[in-house]
Amino acid sequence: MPKQDRGRDLIRIYEMMLKIRLFEERVISLYPKEEMKTPVHLCVGQEAIAAGVCRNLTDKDYVFTNHRCHGHCLAKGMSMSSIMAELYGKRAGCCKGKSGSMHLSDPDKGILATSAIVAGNIPIAVGAALSLKLRRRGGIAAVFFGDGAADEGAFYESLNFASLKKLPVLFICENNFYATNSRQETRQPLDNIFKRGGIFGIKGFRCDGNDAVKVFDLSRGLVEKIRKGSGPYLMECRTYRWKGHVGPDCDFEKGCRPKYEHDAWVKRCPVRKLEGILLKKGALTGKGIENMRRRITREITKAEKFAKKSRFPASSELYDDVYWKE
Amino acid sequence: MPWTNVAVGRALKGRYSADKPASGRTLNYREALREALYQALKRDSRVFILGEGVDDSAGVFGSTVGLHKDFPGRVFDTPIAENGLTGFAVGAALAGMRPVLVHMRMDFLPLSFDQILNHAAKLCYMSGGMSNVPLVIRAVIGRGWGSAAQHSQSLQAMFMHMPGIKVVAPSSAYDAKGLLLSSIADGNPVIFIEHRWLYDMKGGVPEKEYFVPIGKGVIRRPGKDATVVAVSLMVNEAAKAAKELKDGGIDIEIIDPRSLVPFDEKIVVDSVKKTGRLVIADMGWRSGGAAEIILGRIHGKIRRYLKADVQIVALPDTPTPACPRLEKAFYKGSGDIVKAVRKAYGLRKK
Repeated sequence: MPKQDRGRDLIRIYEMMLKIRLFEERVISLYPKEEMKTPVHLCVGQEAIAAGVCRNLTDKDYVFTNHRCHGHCLAKGMSMSSIMAELYGKRAGCCKGKSGSMHLSDPDKGILATSAIVAGNIPIAVGAALSLKLRRRGGIAAVFFGDGAADEGAFYESLNFASLKKLPVLFICENNFYATNSRQETRQPLDNIFKRGGIFGIKGFRCDGNDAVKVFDLSRGLVEKIRKGSGPYLMECRTYRWKGHVGPDCDFEKGCRPKYEHDAWVKRCPVRKLEGILLKKGALTGKGIENMRRRITREITKAEKFAKKSRFPASSELYDDVYWKE
Repeated sequence: MPWTNVAVGRALKGRYSADKPASGRTLNYREALREALYQALKRDSRVFILGEGVDDSAGVFGSTVGLHKDFPGRVFDTPIAENGLTGFAVGAALAGMRPVLVHMRMDFLPLSFDQILNHAAKLCYMSGGMSNVPLVIRAVIGRGWGSAAQHSQSLQAMFMHMPGIKVVAPSSAYDAKGLLLSSIADGNPVIFIEHRWLYDMKGGVPEKEYFVPIGKGVIRRPGKDATVVAVSLMVNEAAKAAKELKDGGIDIEIIDPRSLVPFDEKIVVDSVKKTGRLVIADMGWRSGGAAEIILGRIHGKIRRYLKADVQIVALPDTPTPACPRLEKAFYKGSGDIVKAVRKAYGLRKK
């Protein structure tokens, strides 16, 4: 890829990370009003992975995300208004008020459905990749999951089958070291998720998930290889969520995690890191960032207004879409 | 093992209204299934078949035999990873394919409950109807010969409990083909239940493709004295019971619902209106089983026509035993249906 394109990619990635950060911060500020009646699993601190990986994907590629899905959905191009309306449980939400925060989806953007069962989305992504292969269509399936999903059998069943059938799938583990409040080392004897495809013949890579440049470069290379038919691949991005497992609070206040750990990761903020790189390079200016921030804030405010003024679904819609109608 | 030599079909010959049309051509149940799969694969490039042993020489009791040669790459063996496998099929279905997933034993389905219950059944709803899962899961039920507790279970009730899933259980060769084609064409997940004792049953099966509607029951034998709703294999047992009861002067009407979800309430209610007596015969457990679910659905609509308590023929609430003597005490058959009908008449013995 020419150098200038890469520079543009990094600016777009930065913009997306900022968008995800500001979106989540708006959710945090609105949440105490209790108008958004849905459990939110926020991805503040993990933005670089969604933005960095999805920059390499198109609408024809599938993304399968999980309960912590806001960032992935924004990065894959879903409409912010339809997401916000869904968080408010409105008819104009992306899933007509049937998904809430945890199951955001939009087939036109390649997000066919979103599961909040840990690792439940991994075999489904592999199946979507199987469909791409059987139909000889281009495109890949990318699946995001946490370190908790690496505890589940479905993860290994998926690695085995994806390798067996040489499917176009990219496995992305966002290792934030916690499954709810359980630390990785209390659940797993070895800290080696990226190596766990190895026994099935899948090459794995580890990178700093708070370094958007590294995430982008690594995923770009893997996506290109998968498009050429040499997939699947596994990448583990090490990161940290700033908020608790669920809700807008910082759970160290409740003693779930040590504060010093949280503070150390906040110092390694992925948004500021990329911002620093781009400013240093002269790719962005302080004023440019200010404008960008203002533009995004306007978009979020618009989405919030849209969500608030939208109507709830009618009670009779309870029975809609239990079964698919041709 | 006498898996393939169970000739229960013979008892039915000429004793209940055969499926029409009687085209002159007859196939057995397993051949009818294979023909449906062949035609679906041929017509629709989105259809593929996966499951343990679908391309081996036995071909799932003959129902998939040779299909992998006719359709290379579209009929394939899989790892023994039921939950993952179901997820692969769900994902492929979401992304536009029409997978048929085959389980040689229904007992293996609980390994994939996460994918069936939390995913296949819900993704259409959760996505606000933007996505769908056109998936068929063939679940084969066994019985007898010491199959014991983990190779004999009729778990249809568990799936009837899950909104978003359709459940069908054809009892004839004609319906096996017509319902399988309908299930593959359906945009929803369908659990397709096959009792292995039906595989050798013969019946008229037209060569062309045809579709039996999901959710429509059929009267297998018209009668005036009592209604017997029989599920899958129990249709055969009811047909045997009909003969014995007729000799005693009781004329039963046999209803084969064919599909458990959606359920054809009307055909049952109309029949009970006429007969005033109802027996429901299922091959699963009594507690929370298909028979109780069916009764729960229709009871309010039939109560005023009932001349006697509704009788349920279902398995006792124990795991399946292994030895012949205990099996005899466990499984239900025509004798139990006869007893139940007579009980509805307040008769104890002949």
